[in-house]
Amino acid sequence: MLFLEQILNGLQMGVMLFLMSAGLTLVFGIMQVVNLAHGSFYMIGAYVAATVTMKSGSFILGLLAALPATALAGMVVELLILRKLYDRDHLDQVLATFGLIFFFNELTRIIWGRQPLFMDVPDWLSGSVQLLPGINYPVYRLAIILVGILVALFLYLLFSRTRLGMQIRAGATNREMVEALGVNIRLLYTLIFGLGTLLAGLAGVMAGPILAVEAGMGESILILTFVVIVIGGIGSVRGALIGALLVGLVDTLARSFLPDLLRFFMETSAADRMGASMASMSVYILMALILACKPTGLFPVQTS
Amino acid sequence: MKKTIFILAFFCLTATFALATEPVKIGMITTLATKAGYLGEDIRDGFKLAIAMEEGKLGGIPVELLVDDDGRKPEKGRQIAERFIKKDKAKILTGIVFSNVAMAVVPKVVRQNIFYISPNAGPSKLAGKGCDKNYFNVAWQNDNLSEVVGQYVKDQGFKNVYLLAPNYPAGKDALAGFKRFYQGTVAGEVYTTLGQSDYAAELATLRAAKPDAVFFFLPGGMGINFLKQFSQAGLNKSIPVFGPAFSFDERILKAVGDAAVGVINGSQWSVDLDNPANIEFVAAFKKAYNRTPTLYASQGYDDARLIGSALKAVGGDMNKADEFRAALKKADFASVRGNFKFGANNHPIQDIYVRKVVKQGEGETAVFTNQILEKVFTDHQDAYVGECR
Repeated sequence: MLFLEQILNGLQMGVMLFLMSAGLTLVFGIMQVVNLAHGSFYMIGAYVAATVTMKSGSFILGLLAALPATALAGMVVELLILRKLYDRDHLDQVLATFGLIFFFNELTRIIWGRQPLFMDVPDWLSGSVQLLPGINYPVYRLAIILVGILVALFLYLLFSRTRLGMQIRAGATNREMVEALGVNIRLLYTLIFGLGTLLAGLAGVMAGPILAVEAGMGESILILTFVVIVIGGIGSVRGALIGALLVGLVDTLARSFLPDLLRFFMETSAADRMGASMASMSVYILMALILACKPTGLFPVQTS
Repeated sequence: MKKTIFILAFFCLTATFALATEPVKIGMITTLATKAGYLGEDIRDGFKLAIAMEEGKLGGIPVELLVDDDGRKPEKGRQIAERFIKKDKAKILTGIVFSNVAMAVVPKVVRQNIFYISPNAGPSKLAGKGCDKNYFNVAWQNDNLSEVVGQYVKDQGFKNVYLLAPNYPAGKDALAGFKRFYQGTVAGEVYTTLGQSDYAAELATLRAAKPDAVFFFLPGGMGINFLKQFSQAGLNKSIPVFGPAFSFDERILKAVGDAAVGVINGSQWSVDLDNPANIEFVAAFKKAYNRTPTLYASQGYDDARLIGSALKAVGGDMNKADEFRAALKKADFASVRGNFKFGANNHPIQDIYVRKVVKQGEGETAVFTNQILEKVFTDHQDAYVGECR
């Protein structure tokens, strides 16, 4: 019973990571830009949603306000800053986007103050349901999993069935050729970036009711997000999905069962401490193992 | 001749006059950046309030408060201390929020015959083997607020408690402090990653362990996350939660909302403590900053008033170090906590309470705060005083 519940917890964490990494992997893979500030858009999403929800009393309104706000913020950042960085090397991009993290953290402190914001699960998603006898699971976390599945479906359809998706894929493979065919690749990049930040914003909104909405909240999820896209293969949305679920499951299961396992070999308090330390390493060990077998990730993208 | 004497006398007068008006500099190294910045902000605001209430003075002596942000980094704290001492010639330092910063700064500072008064961090080492005559702690030793909860949980007859803390020294100290007074069985002892935000996995394991109570130490944002998720999982209806005050200050409570109501936590101070000093402090703080003070603000305020009492005793002359030290040790000020004195290791001997989180008002104007439940320890002293020689 406990095992099933932990699997669900792992899935839910994986879905959050997927929402974050889908956008990041697109930007990284297609535009060749390392965007460390991706976590900031997650934070912006949470802040806008918390503020609007608090003022209006409606979670849906908060969600509807946060999504365009983060997409817009992303596109403005792309237009003003990232555009100048496409031709620079990765180190310059890392420096510039790292600076953006500080900028956004300080900006939220100036606008909203140091007080973390309050955001609660909407009434119609609160409480828990009985999935199987003995397994009660919070409705809100089930809703997160559902949203993740819908987003995955949406992205699949977007890339495989629409003209825009075709152009994006083509742009990733050969930028000059696509430009020569008359596609406005600059506009396309702005749109992709906006889509990526919108997904990060969505993750932020979903996280708002569970987590503390505070300046710097994006950094805690950012590192795992990078782990996910490296595991999945940079630029691959499918890789991001599989990678995110893997990371979510491994992290959750290690945290919950490693101390118990170690108790067979050593005394309780030592096992608890050891288990905690090993659990926090587990994701990175997974990454090292996968990279040892497949250096370009699980689903590498071919680019010319 | 007469003229020269007159001039000399005039010079002497102006010189002493100048000495008297030259404000005493107090260097405050504190954490204002990062997520934990609100702790430093409250300590600073409490301190500033005490100065403002005396119109720029402490104990009748004009003071100048220098504040700088350590960003929670030990090396940066050390640089700031160096600057306050060498460049600004400050003889009194204070303000550090986190134990790791304190460990890097305090021993170095007190060796140079500078006074350091801690308004928050109280690592066991500085209370025990590393104690110093120039180091005073006006808040608590780190373990104290967990010890009180251990005693209370034992008194209430809980026998199977689940423990949870982040995997770093202060986390282990908190659980050790709790277990020093709680003697029942431990249903589980979980160490989480520092800065962890999602506790779904830990909560599922916790539910399966079927404890009759939970004790947790998760300061700052971690505590907000844990409390919200604990209540979302429906566990708050069946399992009572306990912890030290660090996860239940008024600013965290505002971000947690209803999920924290009813939780019992240990503290040396509460907003509703009924003594004249506290009533004056709470009213003045609310008026000045338009928010409810936290325990950190109360510590900053007491810190300033303690320094004021000692400054008064030496008439603002920081060259009288021995007299200043003796005056600090007397702790001749009205603490907002009521009873307060220093033990042999310059750490507080004080009453410690358990408080209950309550909601006052409804809807938009609802305020979440704490109410004293009972006094558990009278004249409580830390466990390390014996190691201090």
